[in-house]
Parts: sequence; C-alpha cells; structure tokens
Amino acid sequence: MMPVLLPCGPRAVLVECGGDWVPRIAAVAAAIDGVRHVAPAAATVLVEHDGRTGMVESLVSAFAAVMVGSAPMTGGRGALVEIHVRYDGEDLADVAVACGLSVSDVVALHTSTELVSAFCGFAPGFAYLTGLPEPLASVSRRPTPRTRVPAGAVAIAGGYSAVYPSASPGGWQLLGHTDAVLWDPADESPALLAPGTRVRFVEVES
Amino acid sequence: MTCRPALRVVAVGSATVQDLGRPGWAHLGVPASGALDRGAFLAANRALGNPDGAPAIEVVMGGLTVEALTTVRIGLAGASCPGLPHGEAFTLAEGEILTLGTPTEGMRTYVAVHGGVDVPPVLGSASWDSLSYLGTPPLAVGDVLDAGLSEPDASPVAVDAAVPRPFDGSVRIWPGPRADWFENALAHLSEHVWTMSADSNRVGLRLAGAPLVRTRTDELPSEGIVTGAVQVPHDGQPIVMLADHPTTGGYPVVAVIDPLDLDHLAQLRPGERLRLRRA
Repeated sequence: MMPVLLPCGPRAVLVECGGDWVPRIAAVAAAIDGVRHVAPAAATVLVEHDGRTGMVESLVSAFAAVMVGSAPMTGGRGALVEIHVRYDGEDLADVAVACGLSVSDVVALHTSTELVSAFCGFAPGFAYLTGLPEPLASVSRRPTPRTRVPAGAVAIAGGYSAVYPSASPGGWQLLGHTDAVLWDPADESPALLAPGTRVRFVEVES
Repeated sequence: MTCRPALRVVAVGSATVQDLGRPGWAHLGVPASGALDRGAFLAANRALGNPDGAPAIEVVMGGLTVEALTTVRIGLAGASCPGLPHGEAFTLAEGEILTLGTPTEGMRTYVAVHGGVDVPPVLGSASWDSLSYLGTPPLAVGDVLDAGLSEPDASPVAVDAAVPRPFDGSVRIWPGPRADWFENALAHLSEHVWTMSADSNRVGLRLAGAPLVRTRTDELPSEGIVTGAVQVPHDGQPIVMLADHPTTGGYPVVAVIDPLDLDHLAQLRPGERLRLRRA
C-alpha cells in the first residue's frame, strides 16, 4: 500500500506509511534535494523541505520506487545498548495485576527481548521503544498522569517502553529506574537511544 | 574578537537569550527553539552589523534594566519601548543604565549587542528552550552577560524595526494533515474571530473562540509537528505551535500558519484579536 502524503503547509508534508515502513520512508525522504529534515514517529514521517516546486512529486516518485518489490525494514540496524534496571517502580504491582502475572513474570518479560527505538519525541532523548511482548504491549497509560516522573524512570504504555531522560510530567506505568544517561547535549551523539538503536533491559539487584 | 563582560542585569521581568535556534534535532525530540520574531531579531543584529545569528536578548513586555560594564553598542528591534532608539545602533557608555519600559504595542523586543551575547551553546545554539530546559536559563537579577566586542562596524544598517510592521490582524493558514478530524475545520477557523489567550508562551499560542467540533472520537498516534501547526485538543480551542513546541504530539493538526506570518504571532498581546485567512 502506497504511503499517503498529507498537507502540512508550504514547507512540509506528513507521510502516513504505517510503523513498519517508517525507517525506510524516512531514509528515502532524507536523500531528496530540498528536504531539510525528516522526523519519524509512530506511523508517519514528517518531511520538512524548502518549498521548491515539484517537491511533493519528487517524494511520491521516490516512495513509489522504493516500495515496489521491497520489504519494510524490520528491527533495528543500530548499536545494541544494555540498560540496567532496578525493578522497583511504583506501578510494577499494578501492571502485574493488570496482566494477570506475577511481578517477577513482568520483569522477565520486560527483559526477555530486544526492543528497538522507533522514534523520539515528547522530550530530548525520549525514545519510543517497540517490540514489547504481550501482555505488556497492551498495558495502557495511567488514567491520571503524574506531575513528576523522576529522571531514569523505566516505563511502559500504549505498546511502547521508554526511559525518561529527565524529570517531567508523565502518564506511563513505572516499572523501575536506571542510572543510565539518556540525554547528554554535550556528547557528539546526545541521545543514547536515537532511532534505530536496539535496546536490552537487564535486571540488576536493588 | 574578545569577549568581555558587557551588561549586568539590574531588573528583569521575562528575558531570555535567543538566536536562530537549533533546527535539525527534531528526530531526537529537541525543539528548534530560537527567536520568536525572527524578522525583528535579524533587524536588531543587522542594525549593528552583527552576523545574522548572533545571540541577542528576547525581552517580553519590557521590564529589563541593564548596566553597561564597558562601552557597548546596542540595537533594538521588535516591540518599541518608550523613549529608546529603535532600529538603529546606539552606544552605552560604561556605567550607563538602559531601561526597557513596557511597549505600547507588541510583546517582544530584541536587544542585540555588538558582537553578540556570548553564552555557552547547546547543540550549536544559544537559545533558551522553555519546554526542554536547554540553553542559558532566563535572565535573573545580577546576571552578567558577556559580549563579543570589537571595533564598531563602519556602516551599521538602520532598518525599519518598530512594531507594527504591515499586519492587518490576520495570518494565513494552509490545510493541515488532520483537518478532516473536525467539522469544516478550515472554514470554521477562517470564519471566526479568535482572541489571544493569556496562557500563551514560547511553546504555544492559545486562541479562544467558538470551539471546533470533532468528527471522530478515536486517539491519534503521536506524529511530527511543524512550527505554526494549529493543534486542536478535546476542548476545541486551537493552539498554534511556536518555536519551543514539542516535536511530536497526538492532538490533530487542522491547519498550518504560513511560515512568513509567524513573526506577527510573536507580537500579539493577550486579549488581542486574530483572524485566520485561508492562503
């Protein structure tokens, strides 16, 4: 199915392509003359450009060329990052109940598989990690967000897992915390979990 | 060019260091940030012969008083503060006090210093991002600002920098990606008069008026947002995304303000009216 290009003003296009195709669409768009920036998200890629004539046509042609006869990129292609977690989160017990599991089962599931950073948003370095196994993937947000989630909080919600890079309001379910540094603007690669990075959570003792 | 202490903050309301921002990091969740009225920011710098991107001070509704710690060349643009030279360079002698009173029109005044305000850059920019807390925090009493000072430029440009620039009370809107999530969204936006709400800031400008009505009740997965995007949450009141806006969001974007009209929004005052004209 071809991606749908939605209007977004004279200098941008929102490409709706489904999560599986986001990395490939983002890569193709980034290579087109006049494209200034691409920002992947859950099921879309925002393409910002310089407004030149023919930009939409160029994008449509490029997407058509890549989607005919090719498969979406699955999984990540980036480096593997291990994140050490103390599973002492405030919502761990609630999540276990909601999933019909023991707390240790929840921890085992969360650490069982490699996740992938699909995109960043909400805050610098905040990565939406895909690949959660069920029933963790079906856990929804808390009905009322917290006014403050501490930096390093490890959480799940809406099919994603994430680590909060800094203290902020947040509505995700807190499973534990890590001392890993998620965001360092002085670093050459400021975000630990940039899109494409593979992630493995590892339990460490409290 | 040497950097020397140039200005000490004696009194301040709301003032931050801004430049042209840090675009290009949205994929890591970093807002572009930067001066909200780019035209005025550039005008202040050009009045001094500064490079376009030289960091300056963005002052909201005046209220800034500074003491010159050395001879300093200053350029002001944006909202005009009473009794001060506007759009052309002027000199403060060492020890001289500069006070920005409340502008009678507009919101944001740019105070450029010859050579630029020298602060540690974050991701290549001096801008304060009020959403992500990146950059130099808002100015406080006692702060000393360094500036890159060199010989004054021989031919500083005097520019027309006062508010109002040609602004007829309207900005142009283009269709957004989720206009179909509301009934007749573009027509609704363009047929009503909107009032700028006081709880607006560098992240978003909130507009009050007849609520837009949703055509569907499901949730939108987070997607990328452009500056100027008109988001409409459940209460049907539009919010225009400004320089510090989050890079992704789940509220439908029904329209996008023309990029060339964004500067006008930086000068709109709470209670003032705005019309949204279809481009």
